[in-house]
Amino acid sequence: MTQAVVPVSPAGQTTELKNPRRGDRAKPARAPRSWRGWGFVGPFMLVFALVFIAPIAYSLYISVFRTQLVGGTQFVGLDNYTRAFGDPQFWDGVGRVSLFLVIQVPIMLGIAMLVALAIDSGRLYGKDFFRIAVFMPYAVPAVVAALMWGFMYGPRFGLVGYINDFMGWSIPNPLGPQWILLAIGNIVTWSFVGYNMLIFYSSLRTIPTSLYEAAALDGAKEHHVIRHIKMPAIQGSIAVALIFSIIGSFQLFNEPSILQKLAPNSITTYFTPNLYTYNLSFSGQQYNYAAAVAIIMGVFTMVIAYVVQLRGTRKDA
Amino acid sequence: MTTTASTPRPTGTTAGDAAATTPRSAAPRLRSRRAHSVDKPRRNVLLTVLTAIVLLYALVPLAWLVISSSKTQADLLSTFGFAPGSSFALFENIANTLAYNDGIFLRWLANTLLYVVLGAGGATLLAILGGYGLAKFTFPGKKAIFAVVIGAVAVPGTALAVPQFLMFSQMGLTNTPWSVIIPSLISPFGLYLMWTFATQAVPTELMEAARMDGASEARTFAQVALPLLAPGTVTVLLFTTVATWNNYFLPLIMLKDPQWYPLTIGLNAWNAQASTVGGQAIFDLVITGSLLTIIPLIAAFLLLQRYWQSGLTAGSVKE
Amino acid sequence: MSMTTNRRRVLRGSAIAAALALTLTACGGTDRADEGSGSGSDGGTAAEGDLSGDLLIWAWDSTVPDVATAFEEANPGVDIEIVNAGTGNDQYTALQNAIQAGSGVPDLAQIEYFAIPQFAIGEGLADIGPMGASDLEDSFTPGPWSSVAINGGVYGLPLDSGPMALFYNEAVFTEHGVEIPTTWDEYLEAARALHAADPNLYITNDTGDAGFTTSMIWQAGGHPYEVDGTNVTVDFDTPEVKQFTDLWQTMIDEELLAPVTSWSDDWNQGLGNGTIATLTIGAWMPTNLENGAPAAEGDWRVAPMPQWEAGADLVTSENGGSALSVTSASQNADLAYAFLEFASVNDGVQIRVDGGAFPATVAELESEDFLNKEFPYFGGQKLNEVLAESAKAVAPGWQYLPYQVYANSIFNDNVGSAYISGTPLSDGIASWQDATIAYGNEQGFTVD
Repeated sequence: MTQAVVPVSPAGQTTELKNPRRGDRAKPARAPRSWRGWGFVGPFMLVFALVFIAPIAYSLYISVFRTQLVGGTQFVGLDNYTRAFGDPQFWDGVGRVSLFLVIQVPIMLGIAMLVALAIDSGRLYGKDFFRIAVFMPYAVPAVVAALMWGFMYGPRFGLVGYINDFMGWSIPNPLGPQWILLAIGNIVTWSFVGYNMLIFYSSLRTIPTSLYEAAALDGAKEHHVIRHIKMPAIQGSIAVALIFSIIGSFQLFNEPSILQKLAPNSITTYFTPNLYTYNLSFSGQQYNYAAAVAIIMGVFTMVIAYVVQLRGTRKDA
Repeated sequence: MTTTASTPRPTGTTAGDAAATTPRSAAPRLRSRRAHSVDKPRRNVLLTVLTAIVLLYALVPLAWLVISSSKTQADLLSTFGFAPGSSFALFENIANTLAYNDGIFLRWLANTLLYVVLGAGGATLLAILGGYGLAKFTFPGKKAIFAVVIGAVAVPGTALAVPQFLMFSQMGLTNTPWSVIIPSLISPFGLYLMWTFATQAVPTELMEAARMDGASEARTFAQVALPLLAPGTVTVLLFTTVATWNNYFLPLIMLKDPQWYPLTIGLNAWNAQASTVGGQAIFDLVITGSLLTIIPLIAAFLLLQRYWQSGLTAGSVKE
Repeated sequence: MSMTTNRRRVLRGSAIAAALALTLTACGGTDRADEGSGSGSDGGTAAEGDLSGDLLIWAWDSTVPDVATAFEEANPGVDIEIVNAGTGNDQYTALQNAIQAGSGVPDLAQIEYFAIPQFAIGEGLADIGPMGASDLEDSFTPGPWSSVAINGGVYGLPLDSGPMALFYNEAVFTEHGVEIPTTWDEYLEAARALHAADPNLYITNDTGDAGFTTSMIWQAGGHPYEVDGTNVTVDFDTPEVKQFTDLWQTMIDEELLAPVTSWSDDWNQGLGNGTIATLTIGAWMPTNLENGAPAAEGDWRVAPMPQWEAGADLVTSENGGSALSVTSASQNADLAYAFLEFASVNDGVQIRVDGGAFPATVAELESEDFLNKEFPYFGGQKLNEVLAESAKAVAPGWQYLPYQVYANSIFNDNVGSAYISGTPLSDGIASWQDATIAYGNEQGFTVD
């Protein structure tokens, strides 16, 4: 679920590539082919329908009902949706993930970009080692990551506590309510900076040497090279990474869920919308309302993702 | 300018691809030599130090994990995290982890492998087929497909979990490996990656040529396209493997029998033991287990890095 | 197309084969409750040894498997499978899901006392009163019994109990020359003394715990929850509650409570190194202390829970503990009940006590062996003497909500601010009360 993706649709480019050629070929051969694509896309879509479409359809269906512990199920129309729009806990969660998004994503992508540029510049000692080591946190499952960082954050016996004792500082408690979001942001950044770095780095590697040679001949300095050659080349990757991260931010669940036991007063049951729907469903048995909240969040996320994608493709063109 | 320069590159044959990428690794050195000094690349110590800070950031928690795995439980609860314990108990911990509760850790490991082989393997297969289809064919409904896929993934998973559970329950699949494997077969990222990769890596002329020769679509795919898609395949395989290996939330809902837990859920259950009334805290096993859980993935990365690097490279070429 | 389909079929086929192979070689039959209807529904009323059938039990308690083994030995025709489907709330979630889906429901499930009303109202539990359980009232201590005998039926039999007592680190008290408190006033004084002597030392920890808060109110004689079928009253605006919040507010204001969450790593460390000096908690704690705080072996002791009134009779409350219940979806209810009786009042009790459980049966609590047992971790103290007295002194009449699991889950949302940002505790509890009432009404109960 952390790998939700939205594409920078390559459809534009492919038709440009394909059409001129296809047009030359035997046109009649096209018509019977028109359904063949489904043969290949079919298996994916079949499983997808089962795993996603059906539950979403079911969620939409139950979101217009209400089931009570006492009294059974009734049709309530759009009541659940109206309730969600007026629910302060829901908006608290939405506000929080939006804040998270605005702060954590630029920082994480920024660091990833800098490291990618640094490695690509060829000026590092041991760059292969850097590449692998920075990527390693991605391989660590959320449960383990939360365990590790949970220790580090311990204000009494963890690393923070130790530093406080040892150095006489008083680093504020990362698990306290003021800092918890930052603390979670740190864990997410830690986990994904290597992954994003690699995406950027791979894009950088596709830049043909000829460009660099030309720039050198023109006497371009390093920062010119970065600004005018490297950055434009990775704009596509930036858009992609941005979209992954946006969806990931809105869906934030694993880290708060696992840290909740350590910081029950900092992480409320409605800390993020995903955590809210989880608690609504599983602690409160309010499946209908949870479904409505989820649909709203889904639409909201989709809209934002499309906006970003549109702006991303416009930049490319 | 970038457009015309980069497109021709990856559309070669497999050999071409490999050839295209290997000289690239030599290129940057050449590049910086030319740009800066004549004889050697100017390795910058400051830059290395700054990047090393990021490195430390990435590795410090892992270091804690390794150090903690070498401590006994008593030490864990009484010594500072980065200091060594009073005795070196790594091997003892490993032995205990593998033996606890009749070796259930090994069972969990086997489960995880099963889910990864079938789940990630299946996801890669579906992504290849789907990406190829999207890249090389036009058909009704094509534009809608990706929009629908992304839209569905944008809906918070926690609310989908209950309908998914109820559905799978109707089909009698809950508490079986299928309830974990089937949802892992969908990798939108894999689909997207294969789509862009197939667009670039499989030249339509080759396909047309094969069709002219009378090959069916399936043979065209299997014999012409598939080999060309190899680097992208490995990339997708690696990413879906990580996702499946670390899968947490849905298995938590779907599985109730510890015999079928993957490692992540198993570790979680062990961790919860410490907070149970009358439970036996096994922090040392949780920590050693965590270490053992991440080692196979890291090993896989290290061994396969050559492949996924080239895969990612080719896959993210835009215009 | 055909070749790809074929290949795919082969792939799928071999995958199915592989999975099947694994399934078969694995511990067979994970979904017992589904398949058990045929052969297992006979037997149950016959004498021991004649029973036969399969049972699926969900329990996290580590002593239950031993009981199951003993039962199987006494009844060779019986096969019991125990699954640890999660502890506490995790299992309740799973149980709810299974009941709702109508499949995979176990025959028996371990359920903590505060959660029993919720499952009973949801009709997930079988009423075992008619099967003989209603005769067992006198076998159990009043606290646990009052939690399983509700709404005119019996919805489980107590497995263990958790009468509250004061666990304290004697070494710390001796070191600072502080007396062990017997009343809550003395407790407050001791808290001040200890913290003044060493700023890292706290008399106890608290970051907001619904179970603790309700148990304290229980001891104070409060009845915030009154349940009569689907009519529920939630009222925390009573003198008993105020007595608790006044005391606890002082503790919070003067920072006498360690800001450590129970059951965390920090907590275990604190118990082990003497920076958390006492725990007012249920009688099941000894095993957890032994496991989680080995460094403090020999330092801890137990004393009766501090009282609100000096010199009055001992009054305590229950904190935690669970029962084992037969589910209404079970196909082997008779066999399940037979096991339940075995585990809860017959031979099973001794087995579990040997495993470290604190029993809920009167017989056990009065037995000489039990009372004389010495606990090495506690310096050889005979803990059970104190704990048995505590069990007998549980204040009567307490009720839990039919949706206590949910109410507890939002406790920290509402009351947490009292611990971290200075909102008065009573305000936090009032907010909790309102949220609880709102939920109840929304769910169809009549709540005020």
